[in-house]
Amino acid sequence: MLLIQILLVAFFLYAIYKAGARRRAGDLTAPGAVFWLVFWTAGIAVVIFPVPITFYFARRLGVGRGADLVVYAALALLFFLVFNLMVRSERLNREVTKLTRTIALAEALKKKEEDVNL
Amino acid sequence: MHLVIIVPAYNETQHLGRVCRGLFEQNSRLTELGFKRITTVVVDDGSTDATAEIARCEGAVVIRHPLNRGQGAALETGDEYARVIGADVAVHFDADGQFNPGDVAPAVQALLTSGKEVILGSRWLGRPARGVPFVKRILLRTVGRWFTYLQTGVWLTDFHNGFRVFNRRALSLIRLTHDGMAHNAEIIAALRRHRLTFAEWPVEVTYHEYGQGVRGGAKIFWDLLWENFR
Repeated sequence: MLLIQILLVAFFLYAIYKAGARRRAGDLTAPGAVFWLVFWTAGIAVVIFPVPITFYFARRLGVGRGADLVVYAALALLFFLVFNLMVRSERLNREVTKLTRTIALAEALKKKEEDVNL
Repeated sequence: MHLVIIVPAYNETQHLGRVCRGLFEQNSRLTELGFKRITTVVVDDGSTDATAEIARCEGAVVIRHPLNRGQGAALETGDEYARVIGADVAVHFDADGQFNPGDVAPAVQALLTSGKEVILGSRWLGRPARGVPFVKRILLRTVGRWFTYLQTGVWLTDFHNGFRVFNRRALSLIRLTHDGMAHNAEIIAALRRHRLTFAEWPVEVTYHEYGQGVRGGAKIFWDLLWENFR
């Protein structure tokens, strides 16, 4: 086994452990946890048997080398995840603003009522 | 009739006191226009300095965002407050002291007499703005106008001006969803979408420190890109 394979497998195992910990802490939904488990396990499989697995898919998809296919797929997935994160952060932003506004208006209107009652 | 003047403020201790006093000095002129109630609302957008205290001392109604959410968010909070308390006319007025409070009464009067639903301040009508740096002038008068026209379909002499007057219908129709500087383009786009009638009105803009030189021009340009392509 090459050193890079050992390092990558160790890293993927650590990632699986982290996903499990996040699931236990409630930060990850069950489908999310399953996705990451499958994802990292597939990563381990590809690292241990790089040629048979990636070459099989690369040939079927018309990509020259297995390693190229891995890079293309990783990039596509990364961009998709970044897009999802951006959408989510935008939604969170709007919700925080809405909450901020509700709190601010409730306080101001309460104070207005108190002033009227005085 | 009830007039609400909305002043969004973020860390504006330096100018806010003067701005509030200037606005309160206009109350008699505004009363003459038929307003029984005039409310000046400072929306403190999560300032870390004494902005809220200063506004309160000057006698303004203070609405305080617990977190800084951006000028668009602060304006929408002010607009919502105006809707709730039943404003007939609402004014947007910047807290940085660049506007002349003396422009409020004439602009409100223009809204009432012209029958338009929205009055937009323009620094290029009438007496042109003083001390506008060259780069900024070019961006504001050419590139920015076209950007805004292409995006909103509205041709304005001054596409980026925080001085606005709305009647009750405009206030109820225009809802700001962009928290940051993009709210400006959102307002202009809303004019067309809701078929609101509007006119531009000359207002005085005096520059202090913001937007001087090339860096200020770059800032405006960045805001523009941000407004139009996000």
